Formats: sequence, structure tokens, C-alpha cells
Amino acid sequence: MTSQNSRNVLGVVRPSGERKRPNPPRHVPPWAWAVPAVLLVFLARYVAAVAGGWYAFTDWNGLTPTANFTGLANFRQIFTDEGARGALLNTVKFAACFVVLTNLVGLFLAVALNQHLKTRYLLRTVFFAPVVMSQLATAFIWRFLFDYSGPVNGVLGALGLESLKKTWLANPTWSFWAVVVVLVWQFSGLAMVILLAGLQGIPQEVEEAAEIDGASSWQRLVRVTLPLLAPALAISIQLSVISGLAIFDTVMALTNGGPLGATETLATQVYKQTFVFGRYGYGTALALLLTILIVAAALIQQLTTRATERRNA
Amino acid sequence: MRRRHSGPLAREVGLWVLALIWSIPFFFLIVVSVKPTAELFSSALQLPSRIDLGSYAGAWQSGHLGSALVSSLVITGGSVLGIVALSSVAAYTLARREGRIAVIMGLLFLIGIVLPSQLGLIPIYSLFKKLHLLGTYTGLILLNVSTWLPLAVFLYTGFLRQLSHEYEEAAQIDGASVWYTFLHVVFPLLRPVTGTVAILSGILIWNDFFNPLVFLSGTGKTPLPVAVYSFVGNYATQWNYVFAAVAIALVPALLFFIFAQRQLIQGFSGGVKG
Repeated sequence: MTSQNSRNVLGVVRPSGERKRPNPPRHVPPWAWAVPAVLLVFLARYVAAVAGGWYAFTDWNGLTPTANFTGLANFRQIFTDEGARGALLNTVKFAACFVVLTNLVGLFLAVALNQHLKTRYLLRTVFFAPVVMSQLATAFIWRFLFDYSGPVNGVLGALGLESLKKTWLANPTWSFWAVVVVLVWQFSGLAMVILLAGLQGIPQEVEEAAEIDGASSWQRLVRVTLPLLAPALAISIQLSVISGLAIFDTVMALTNGGPLGATETLATQVYKQTFVFGRYGYGTALALLLTILIVAAALIQQLTTRATERRNA
Repeated sequence: MRRRHSGPLAREVGLWVLALIWSIPFFFLIVVSVKPTAELFSSALQLPSRIDLGSYAGAWQSGHLGSALVSSLVITGGSVLGIVALSSVAAYTLARREGRIAVIMGLLFLIGIVLPSQLGLIPIYSLFKKLHLLGTYTGLILLNVSTWLPLAVFLYTGFLRQLSHEYEEAAQIDGASVWYTFLHVVFPLLRPVTGTVAILSGILIWNDFFNPLVFLSGTGKTPLPVAVYSFVGNYATQWNYVFAAVAIALVPALLFFIFAQRQLIQGFSGGVKG
């Protein structure tokens, strides 16, 4: 032990921010233990993605035995086609609304339900329940709620607001927000649970010390709790960015991308172009674009998180 | 325990108002599912005159929800077992080793979390066809395991990095092998994160619609979401039947969550507090 510690004295500097760890045990697990997982992920995720991604540069229609190499033609078409550009814009808009709103609502719920309320477990269950539902089932329920003769319009009518009644899911402006409402309803509970986990990792003494020093509850939240919650917030945001960009089931079952492409996303377009219209090469090009978008967003987020951690260290 | 927080009654009431608003979709799910068919076209806000469970029986039978439930259990159970077994040993290896190989493997899993699966769909489909895995539980389970392994490894690794090495060292000083140490010392300590991994991947796989649709269609092995979807296709305006099917599919997931919620939150917090 002592001989290993002395290495630090000899100038092995740990990067700042990294937790000081005890010395590794003498027997470490063999690499072979990681082989099944690595192999499976490598083959099913990476090799398959490369094998499939190649078609993005071809005109393959899924039926002919051969595919002609067409270079970047599919990508040129994506950026000139208004429908595809709309889907790209919608994808980014959906993801932005999804990330901001689910995390804000989730943060509010987590902070509120981290207190010792008598019914906090029951309340958590209520807010988390939508997360365990399939997006498909959720969409069916909300299709009923948003139906022209459904409860949403029913309540508006009962309040005397007949003029506000709409065919929510068939309205070019409102269908987008209807989808956002459904997504926020379904997934805020997940952000709540991740942030609750983070809150429970914050020692109570820290907050109590701030309280004794006379900090208001708002000051405690912004100055003490939020900075300590950063790692959990990073995980929650990361997950919501990834799933926000890849929204599929909800849109397909709620609006099928309509009306007039108002809720069309890259993911729904990938599915339609590939499996409905049989434009395999073009669909794959869209999938590749979506992949690049998601990986780039995730990387940017990783880098900013690391930079913030370094600054705070 | 926390005296300063005792009695914030107003806040609790406020949260309950929000919770009731949040429950509105569930309220309609139940109410509409027990509505007699004759009352379906009355006002949506109208409560049913009597509770009619006929739609549940109808959905259960004509939707083949019984066999779909069995399929869902087999697929979810098999996949979760595979994910926990493979990811826990892989994460242990990654967390206890250093150097370039560990970094590269870590990156492989990290990028694997964000890689969308659409790109690889057709190659996997044709490979499964060649290996006669198409339309089999084994094929879909393998696909599910490969899809959720990266996230599971990520969660396990984070937890393991914060886990003290003392227990392992003590076991090894006593002469335990690496495998014995992992199985009898480390894995039991991983219980919270195993719970999180199992619940999270379990829910995601239980609700997965797209992969079973592509890989199990027309085999009689389709799980609940696909069964509900095709059922809804046949009963599009019969909201009571649709909602009965949705409610049946929801019950197991909800029960599972209610029993496991504390575990889920603990595991996310990624640390054993002494």
C-alpha cells in the first residue's frame, strides 16, 4: 500500500475533479469477462449500423439484388426537399421543447417530493405512472382526450368557450403542441425520478448549514441544491436529448406525422420512406442524418458537462 | 426525521391538485373501459350509468391478450436476465481495470447508448433470416440485449466506480478467487443498481412495439403492445374495447413499478451510503 501511494509523491498527478480512489485490488477481473458484451454490442450495433449505413449512398429500393452507388445524391435531395427539411426542423423543435419542459417539470416535482410529505410515495407513483405505459397506449388515450367530441373540447364547451374547441390533432398549429403535451405528461416522471435520486445523494447537513446561515429557500435551491444536483441533471438531460431527437411511437400513433407534415420527424420519415415507400437508400440517408444529429448532440453535452465539472472542481 | 419540514399542508394539497390533473388520462382510461357500448356516443364527460366489464372479456378473448401476456413475460424476462448477466460482469471488468483498452471499451458502450438502431435494422433482419432466428424469442431477446447493454454497462460502471474496494480486497486476502469475489461479494453489493437496470430495461422492453412488430409479426408470439395495436386496428371507434385492452396491458407494468419504485430511485443515485 505505502509503496503504491508513494507513486503520487513522485509526481503522478491526478486530473482535477477525479475522485481519489483506493488502490486497485491485486486480482483484477480478466478481460474475457467483457468479451460477450463487447462482441454483442460491436456486432449488433456498430457492424450492423455500418452495413446498413452504406445504403445511404445508393439508390437501393429494397427489392433489387444490386444497389447503385450514387454518392451524396440522397443527402442533396434531403436538403432540397421541403418535406425532409420540415421533418428536420420539427425534430429539433420537438427535442428542444421536450428537453426543456420535461426537465423543468421533473425538477419541480423532484424538489417538491423530496420533502417529508406524508403522501410523498403515493404522489411519486402518480407522477411516475405514465412512464411505465407504452407510448402507444398513451397515444391511444390522448387521441380520445383530444378527439373533437372528446373531454378536452367537452370541458371547453362546459366552460362556455365553444370558440376554442378544435380538432386538436388535425390542426396544423396545435397538433405540434398536442404532441408536446403528451410527451411532457408521459416523461416528466422519469426526469423526476433521476433528479430525486440526485437529491437524495446531497447530504442534509449541507442544506441545513445554508439554512442556519440565513439563506432563503430560493437561495438554497439555486446556490446550494442545483450545483450539487448537476450530475443527475446531466444524466437526465442527456437521456431526454437522445429520446427527444428519436421520438417515434407517440407521433405515429397520435398524428401519423400529419396534418400536412406538421408533426413529421426524422424518425417517422425514416420509417415511412424505408418501409412504406420502399425508398431504402433515401430512408437510410435520413437515418444516418438522425444518427449524426443524436451523436453530435450527445457529444456536445458530454463536453459541456465535463467543462463545467472542471470549472467547478 | 426532518422536523423543519413537518406540516407543509398547503404544499401537499397543491401537489395533490397537480396529481389529480396528472391522473385525468387514467381516469378516462378506466371510465371509458367500463362504459356500456350503447353509451359510447353520449357526451365524453358523461359517467357510465352502470359498470360494464364486457369490454374486458371481449378484449381479452378476441385480442388474444392471454398468449400475448405470456410472450411479453418470456421476452422481457429473458432479455432482462441477459442484460443483467452480461452487463454486470463487463462493467466490473471495465471499472476495475485501467488503461487504453478500458477507455476504448468504455467509449464503445458510451456511443452505443446514443446510436439509433434504425441503421442496423435491415442487416440484422437478413442475418436473422439466414440463422433461422427470425420469428423466434431467441432472436428478439438477443436484439433487446444488444440494444440495452450499453446503458446498463454505463449505470453499473458509474456505481462500481464509487463502490469501495475494501470488501473485494478483504475477500481476496481471505483467498477468494476473482469469480467467487464477484459472485458472492460484489454482485450482492450491486443490488440497487441491478434493480434500476432491471426495472428500466424491463419497462422499455415490455413497452417496445417496433422490434417485435418487425421480428415477430405473424408468429403467434407477439407481445402485448403489438397485440393491442392490431386489436385497436379492428376496433378503431370502440373506445371501451380499446381502453380495456390498454388497461389490461398496463396492469403488470404498473404493479411491478409500485413494488420497485424505491429501488429504482436508490439505484439512480449511484452510490451506497454507509
